[in-house]
Amino acid sequence: MKKDRLIHAALTVIALSAISGLALITIFVFKEGLPIILRIGVKNFFFSGQWYPREGKFGILSMIVGSLAVTAGAIIIGGVFGLGCAVVLTQFAPRRLVVVLKPAIELLAGIPSVVYGFIGVVVLVPIIRQYLGGPGLSILTASIVLGIMILPTVTSISVDVIRSVPRSYREGSIALGATGWQTTYMVILKAARSGIVAAFILGMGRAIGETMAVIMVAGNALEMPHSILDPVRTLTSNIALEMGYAAGDHRQALFATGVTLFVMIMVLNTIALTMSRRSAGKGG
Amino acid sequence: MKITPATSQRFVVVVLWLIAAITIFILLFIIAYILAHGLGNITWSFITESPRRMGRQGGILPMIVGTIYVTALAVLIAAPVGVLTTIFLTEYTREGKLTSFIRFGADCLAGIPSIIFGLFGFVFFVIVLRMGFSIISGALTLALMVLPTIIRTSEEAIRAVPQAYREVSYGLGSTRWQMVTRVVLKSALPGICTGIVLSIGRCVSETAAVMLTAGSALRMPYSPFESSRTLSLHFYILSREGISMQNAYATASVLILAILGINVVAYLLMRRFVAKVT
Amino acid sequence: MQNNTNNVHLTKQMLQNSSDIVERDIFPSADSPKIVVDKFSAFYDQREILKKIELSIFSGERLAIIGPANSGKSMFLRSLNRLNDLNHQFSYTGRIIFDGKDIYDKNVDVSSLRRRIGMVYAVPVPLLCSIYDNVAYGPRVSGIKLRSRLDELVEFGLKKAVLWDEVKDRLNDPAMNLSGGQQQRMCLARVLALEPEVLLLDEPCSGLDPISTAKIEDALLELKSKYAIVLVTNNTKQAARASDRTAFFLMGQVIEAGRTDQIFTNPTDKRTEDYITGHFG
Repeated sequence: MKKDRLIHAALTVIALSAISGLALITIFVFKEGLPIILRIGVKNFFFSGQWYPREGKFGILSMIVGSLAVTAGAIIIGGVFGLGCAVVLTQFAPRRLVVVLKPAIELLAGIPSVVYGFIGVVVLVPIIRQYLGGPGLSILTASIVLGIMILPTVTSISVDVIRSVPRSYREGSIALGATGWQTTYMVILKAARSGIVAAFILGMGRAIGETMAVIMVAGNALEMPHSILDPVRTLTSNIALEMGYAAGDHRQALFATGVTLFVMIMVLNTIALTMSRRSAGKGG
Repeated sequence: MKITPATSQRFVVVVLWLIAAITIFILLFIIAYILAHGLGNITWSFITESPRRMGRQGGILPMIVGTIYVTALAVLIAAPVGVLTTIFLTEYTREGKLTSFIRFGADCLAGIPSIIFGLFGFVFFVIVLRMGFSIISGALTLALMVLPTIIRTSEEAIRAVPQAYREVSYGLGSTRWQMVTRVVLKSALPGICTGIVLSIGRCVSETAAVMLTAGSALRMPYSPFESSRTLSLHFYILSREGISMQNAYATASVLILAILGINVVAYLLMRRFVAKVT
Repeated sequence: MQNNTNNVHLTKQMLQNSSDIVERDIFPSADSPKIVVDKFSAFYDQREILKKIELSIFSGERLAIIGPANSGKSMFLRSLNRLNDLNHQFSYTGRIIFDGKDIYDKNVDVSSLRRRIGMVYAVPVPLLCSIYDNVAYGPRVSGIKLRSRLDELVEFGLKKAVLWDEVKDRLNDPAMNLSGGQQQRMCLARVLALEPEVLLLDEPCSGLDPISTAKIEDALLELKSKYAIVLVTNNTKQAARASDRTAFFLMGQVIEAGRTDQIFTNPTDKRTEDYITGHFG
């Protein structure tokens, strides 16, 4: 009995340390980043596109737009392909295809982001520059690269969600004479809708957070983009590019950018959580 | 022209097959492209020598060692802490508002961009704690980064163990800890290991979080307090600074082969686990 | 000595005071009950499931507990080895005296209690390991490490559960490979390997074919000389053929308890008769 109490105590200590460590990061980032937002004003920080650290101007609007644009593009591409693969894996694929496709997607998830960025630079950028114009380093390029990167996330969550739709739904529909696609479209996807939205949202979260690949292909220009062929800088790229030499207010502004990302991810996660709860309630 | 259900079905099937095919093609293309340009340059000396002239010549041995060093340290810290924390949260506490909150926090942190961990690690470990650019700074940062993932996957695995097993164990007179180690962990081990292997993969691929914590020193690291450069960072620097495309491809090839290797090992481990219990 | 006297005294007191139980011909094979349930009430989330149960359980007998669904039979059984403790919404009043001590006393070592009062569940749950490891699990967690001793206990448990001959050559095979009836006998062996004093069985034969059921009932008949056996069953016919005493539970109360042959041929309470004859249930 005594040994048991010791173990309980040890586990409590370990768990508390782990949780405090994680809480520490959150608190630290907010502590370093919030004051400067309050100091220069919410309007000046979030709604100004003027990021001139040397002059003390810290407006992140152009980067917010950059992040959102790139993410939107990524979710279109990654979402369509990701959901498509999920549907193929669960509804239409013969065994042989599944054995190839599933590991392929898992491997895609494992490829380092710097490799993705590199391939984007040496393969995609020249193609886009040649056939579509612009510098090649652009929102479009980043969207394509990011789309492929988030594909595995969207697929794996969608697969789980689709699999949790009861078999009886599919069997009932087929029994009524519907084709496979009709069944998938009208019955299964509808039932899994909330969960699939959750998958998309989590994919978005991943896209917003991506750093290295985006630095390599998005162009990093501190300007408001006007077309998808324009270069942009994202919130994450900004932190990575400048944190090495930032000091004082500049560094705090980078933390403030971190706070922005933090809040965005938290919001997205909350939405995704509510969506997946709804899906579990309906389909399960 | 009327589109019958059969026609739309055929159309959709074609589109879906195309999507699958393109996905597989992209994967193969990426791997083939890197390996085609880089495999040829992976010589024995490349793997066993240190770089010269900023990486223009020589090999990548310190980077290989550095990567292994940082990853191993990070996982050795994060895995036990993560699994034990999860055990505490699932088996030793009652489900309630607090545990839901912690779970939500872990989920969020699992999704926080690695650059933020890098920023935190840079300011906290490197500067405030004065650990400087070092393997230990990098490892601690990476450990914090993968901790939420390990907690999440472990929790799923542990929750999947049916309650009946726990009752049987208690019924036979076991203590809680005995039940956890002999029954729950045994059953949840495949899932937990998947999470750990995923984390290893993440650490090996990670660049943003090690950039400004482990630093980018080119020399061979011996103590964890030295700075070191990981493979992915080396690749990034080589390609971005245009130092040596040849070596860049070769480094990337080593990276890709390592990732492939890790995935294969994970797959084989899973097969063995499943076989053992059935 | 003192404790034994107390037990007999308690039992006599119980008989004199209670009006809910009609206890007929308590026949101790030992002179005093192994377990005395003293005005024990159990609550689930504040709802009263067991209402001031008073019952004695003796070594050397098989006590069957019958009654319709939701009458509290399983909850009663699980209270005897404190398995209900795992449920946060469980609470209780009253005492359950085992060998003179209240098992719900603060100082009781619950793990050790559960080794002395073992349970077999309705659905066999083999652990994900070999037959040997399954049966040796209990002894191992109790601290026995010596291989020869473990071998002894495994053989003992499997022999008493009438499974030894069927599995002695494949003890290292996964337990999942056994048939349903064999798995259930292995679960019985698991408990017996701990050399308990009381056996609790919660509808152990539900879901088993008649042959496996017969094997288990035969095993219990053999075992009763050394153990106190409590058998919860939904099958009145099983109670009639495989027990010495029967207690009829209805809505959380013991309506009637006594010798099996008398309960089934000449019950005192009309409700008992209605249940046994199938008028409800």
